[in-house]
Amino acid sequence: MRPFVYERTNSPDAAIAAFDDVRATAFLAGGTTLIDLMKLDVLRPERVVDINTMGLDRIEVGDSGARLGASVRMADAETHPELRRRVPMLSESLALAASTQIRHMATLAGNVLQRTRCPYFRDVSWAACNKRSPGSGCAAMKGFNRSHAVLGTSDACIATYPGDFGQALIALDAVVDVVGSGGRRRIPFAALHVAPERTPEVETKLAPDDLILGFEVPVEPWFRRSLYLKIRDRESYEFALAAAAVALDLDGGMVRQARIALGGLATVPWRAHEAERALVGRTLDEANCQLAAEAALSGARPRQHNEFKVELGRQTIVRALLQAAAMEV
Amino acid sequence: MLPLAIGAAGVSTAAAETAPPPADVPSRSVSLQVNGRTHRLTLDNRMTLLDALREQLGFAGTKKGCDHGQCGACTVHLDGKSVLSCLTLAAQAEGHAITTIEGLAGADGTLHPVQQAFIDHDAFQCGYCTPGQIMSAAACIASGRAGSEAEIREYMSGNICRCAAYPNIVAAIRAAKTQMRS
Repeated sequence: MRPFVYERTNSPDAAIAAFDDVRATAFLAGGTTLIDLMKLDVLRPERVVDINTMGLDRIEVGDSGARLGASVRMADAETHPELRRRVPMLSESLALAASTQIRHMATLAGNVLQRTRCPYFRDVSWAACNKRSPGSGCAAMKGFNRSHAVLGTSDACIATYPGDFGQALIALDAVVDVVGSGGRRRIPFAALHVAPERTPEVETKLAPDDLILGFEVPVEPWFRRSLYLKIRDRESYEFALAAAAVALDLDGGMVRQARIALGGLATVPWRAHEAERALVGRTLDEANCQLAAEAALSGARPRQHNEFKVELGRQTIVRALLQAAAMEV
Repeated sequence: MLPLAIGAAGVSTAAAETAPPPADVPSRSVSLQVNGRTHRLTLDNRMTLLDALREQLGFAGTKKGCDHGQCGACTVHLDGKSVLSCLTLAAQAEGHAITTIEGLAGADGTLHPVQQAFIDHDAFQCGYCTPGQIMSAAACIASGRAGSEAEIREYMSGNICRCAAYPNIVAAIRAAKTQMRS
């Protein structure tokens, strides 16, 4: 690890003021991504600003929505009884992620900003990574790309967005509360991340000195019928090969509203609007779920080793929808 | 033996025994509360809690496996919660109560129920992952997450055992939980 100056701050304003425009600065929250990538020499901050003591660790749940502070630990949000009851998808997306120790450490804001697990990004001995070294190429295109994305890819990058919680946030139409040197603003979670296109090194709409203060999550009564289904190589402590966050508003067997987001398949948190449209106004049966799943994956662009993800993604959606329909709420 | 000069009021300083970081490397004075005792150290900012515990304070029970947060061998408790000391900067741990495997047993040397259960159930072979397994297991029981075998396995999935002693680890946790209840 390269040497760095360490500073601890007690408020968002102090953290932004501590940001150094000249020397590369990184905000340190749980550290589970940052310290790892600093050890790997992928990230090389000269200044580390510890933002763990800013008082942004509260969860408030009201009638129509919840506010989750940026520094809430994953484990604390996961076990919140009211969130678990009213929005199971949210709790499950957290509970199925990482390990117990990591969930005790990692914050919600850090979780949504976690970096890809693409092995070519994480290993600096590979020269070609457009995300790590813009313009250098992409070693994954012709490399071992079994875990890589099939949706939202570009000719410059196929790295998968690794998170689970982000899929719940995008499905629920959450809003991100952000502050930076340019002031405070609210961004729809769906607009936070940007697909790689020609600039994979740009992953979000945040400026380097922007800080996430919290997340506002609308809570509708019908979100009780929601879940997060995660398919992976191991039963626990593994990233998704395919995952589906779904919520269903049913009128008898008819779909009034549906939310579907996909994990493990795309370069960014991924909302499957086409699949939702395919379901609304129809009977929730296996055939219609299959049509929705086909719509969701119609734009998939698989590579040599990840073609299985297209069918796995479809089946994950179908199973998640049928499971949600069978929930007793 | 811990290479420490024990000062007044349970505060120790390791400054005399370990070389301070070179002057041109950013460093910091850090106060760490480990197993109920406060230690004042001058540390390179890059030093993880794991390295501070092992290399500076002599708590070698906490193990370095992958050093990247993947294996769980370095698990310690921070304010009672299991965390990875390899991905925690020592400076981040300031102001928190740190418990290592050395701090689990009673003052008279009586083993923690989880430690005794690991022996009774033959829950390890090479033993390298064991301190981390025991720290996670103690947190698992204390937080009420040892209700079933499935719940234990899920809670413990961040602790890898290359000897695959998993069935006996789960049995030890179930037994320790029963004993801690009674």
